[in-house]
Amino acid sequence: MGSHEVAGEHQVAHHFKSALDEFEACKQAMWIFLVTEVLFFSGLFVAYTVLRVFEPEMVKAAHHFLDWRLGALNTVFLITSSLTMAFAVSASQRGDNKRVVRQLIYTLILACGFCVVKIYEYSHKFHDKLLPGAHFGNTELTANKAGLFFSVYFVMTGIHALHVVIGMGVILWVILRARKNEFSPNYFTPVEITGLYWHFVDLVWIYLFPLLYLVG
Amino acid sequence: MGHGVALAHGDNYINHSKGLKSWLNTLDHKRIGIMYLIAILSFFLVGGIFAMLIRLNLFSPGSTLVSPSKYNQLFTYHGAIMVFMVIIPMIPAAIGNMVLPMMLGAKDVAFPRWNLASFYVYLSGAAIACASLFLNGVDTGWTFYTPYSIRTSTSAVWVLLGAFVMGFSSILTGLNFVVSIHKLRAPGMGWGKMPLFLWALYGTSVIQILATPVLAITLLLAALERIVGIGIFDPALGGDPVLFQHFFWFYSHPAVYIMILPAMGVISEVVPVFSRKPIFGYTAIAMATFGIALVSFVVWGHHMFVSGQSEFANFLFSLITMFVAIPTGVKVFSWLGTMYKGSLHFHAPMLYAIGFIFVFTIGGMTGMFLATLATDVHLTDTYFVVAHFHYVMVGGSLLGFLAGLHYWFPKFSGKMYAETPAMIAAILINVGFNVTFFPQFILGVLGMPRRYADYLPQFTTLNRVSTVGSWIIAAGFLLVLFYLIHALLRGKKASDNPWKALTLEWQSPSPPPHENFLVEPVVTDGPYDYRGAKAGPI
Ligand SMILES: [Cu+2]
Repeated sequence: MGSHEVAGEHQVAHHFKSALDEFEACKQAMWIFLVTEVLFFSGLFVAYTVLRVFEPEMVKAAHHFLDWRLGALNTVFLITSSLTMAFAVSASQRGDNKRVVRQLIYTLILACGFCVVKIYEYSHKFHDKLLPGAHFGNTELTANKAGLFFSVYFVMTGIHALHVVIGMGVILWVILRARKNEFSPNYFTPVEITGLYWHFVDLVWIYLFPLLYLVG
Repeated sequence: MGHGVALAHGDNYINHSKGLKSWLNTLDHKRIGIMYLIAILSFFLVGGIFAMLIRLNLFSPGSTLVSPSKYNQLFTYHGAIMVFMVIIPMIPAAIGNMVLPMMLGAKDVAFPRWNLASFYVYLSGAAIACASLFLNGVDTGWTFYTPYSIRTSTSAVWVLLGAFVMGFSSILTGLNFVVSIHKLRAPGMGWGKMPLFLWALYGTSVIQILATPVLAITLLLAALERIVGIGIFDPALGGDPVLFQHFFWFYSHPAVYIMILPAMGVISEVVPVFSRKPIFGYTAIAMATFGIALVSFVVWGHHMFVSGQSEFANFLFSLITMFVAIPTGVKVFSWLGTMYKGSLHFHAPMLYAIGFIFVFTIGGMTGMFLATLATDVHLTDTYFVVAHFHYVMVGGSLLGFLAGLHYWFPKFSGKMYAETPAMIAAILINVGFNVTFFPQFILGVLGMPRRYADYLPQFTTLNRVSTVGSWIIAAGFLLVLFYLIHALLRGKKASDNPWKALTLEWQSPSPPPHENFLVEPVVTDGPYDYRGAKAGPI
């Protein structure tokens, strides 16, 4: 096939007519994927809402056992990491691969900070037996069904943390490609769609934080 | 058809590269479709054997063949395999994969690598689910209702996780199709010139994208319920088992349309081709697809009329469910309108299409009985429900699949199947189907409950009729298997366009070359312009 367009080092796949078509297809796919993510989390938000509507007193009592300062710190970590991610994306659009690497490393460091705080929080919960459903054993928190609050807490933050970890892996992969100078104004798709994903992960946390840590 | 004949001896997607590895690593959508087809038909055989055993056990009252607990496992595996491994991927992932890019005039789907990944994700999910067979089995029914699915001593976790994994393959396929339809249409193919099968796959994909993630989180929570005891669905820990039903049906009602919409798409292709007439109501059919997709998301509560949800919710869900009948009716009348005064050709695909319209209409009408609150309370969990959804899923999806399989068989195999045995098989399957499932409507009205290994003696005759019907269906399928394999080995060479159809895939040689077309197609006419010379007989 002699008609392949060459954009930087990247070869446009044979079934796309142009590099732009390919870029738009990838971006559209990422948006659709994010829609599926929203619906995936929506199940958890519904479970949360049901709990909060039917057991308002318990949720209120239980949320005091989460440390809002740690949650706030993690919010700062993620929002800042979204900013560095945005810098990386705009650098990639200019083809400045060095800056892409630098900004993504900042992003990774902030994400690590988030994980460290989360691990610290989890270990605390385990120590205090503030655990899901059947394993709940804390004696200070006497509200009925308090275990359900921690089920929702662990499942929501756990699945979110899993998204953070997967995102870190993807960012690492983009860093390796940027080090090979793969991105140019003609081809920056991986950085762009990784950015979309990372902003989404950030956005989920922005909902989780007030819902879990700052109840009325 | 000069190029086709010359090329039939030359390079095509089947002989393009050789060896098992070239298939397992392929990025070619046609080969991926074939691999899906083989996997799905294998699971169909397994699910079918379970079905035959169920019917055999019910030939006489009493636990004649298996123990009641084994019977529970039989219907659970039959349901779970047929729903998650067969009917949901059957038309989109197998036939859709082969046909969609060619109908678009494209070289492949938008993301070939993800397409292959979806196949292996599907196989892994199926393997995880089937692993339970070698452990303690599973006996929850394919719906996994809590709290029983939390308490059962069988290996429910494996099936839950297997279905969870298979969901990702479904999402990947849907995502791939939507982007392909948006970005890869041939020059000249505006939205209004897109074949209706593609509209159907588009609607299906939207449902797969929007509903499957909810199933994923539901199954994950149910699995966590068993493994960790999180309690969200467990009344013993203060959770709400009805919440599980809401979550489950939020996916599983739309899933019914994941199963039926692609079949409707096949029928919309087959009917105009074999009536030699333009499709009646193109826009109406395309829009009805989205009407159905939209309504499908707000009717899930009709599965829960006796679950204890509020009277008001019952009333609302009942009312909205009735609306499904409108776009469905639009489609049925459009197909009939297409056939009206057409010159009908009763080849096998058309026989299945006519069977589809007949059977699906009964399936849809009886759905209205179940949507009506007062009758549903009487009919819930009886054989009426079993008959209803088999009329929709088997009579609908499966007949649609068979219509598509026969319709596109010459294109992708390059061989013609023998018409006479194909017609006999089509008649056997259609007749056998009605003999099997029509008596179940009556059994249901008389009060025979579903999912029981045993029944009262007065139900014996109707159950025997039903079991004999299942043998007729099995005979039909064995015949299909026989003549299709015979066609693959010894069949006559198919011409490029044996049905004289107008959609793009028929402009390519049979079987198509690796990159689908010899010349990039350009669309000038609509896909159903059967007028003048184009309306000539097949
Ligand atoms: Cu339904």
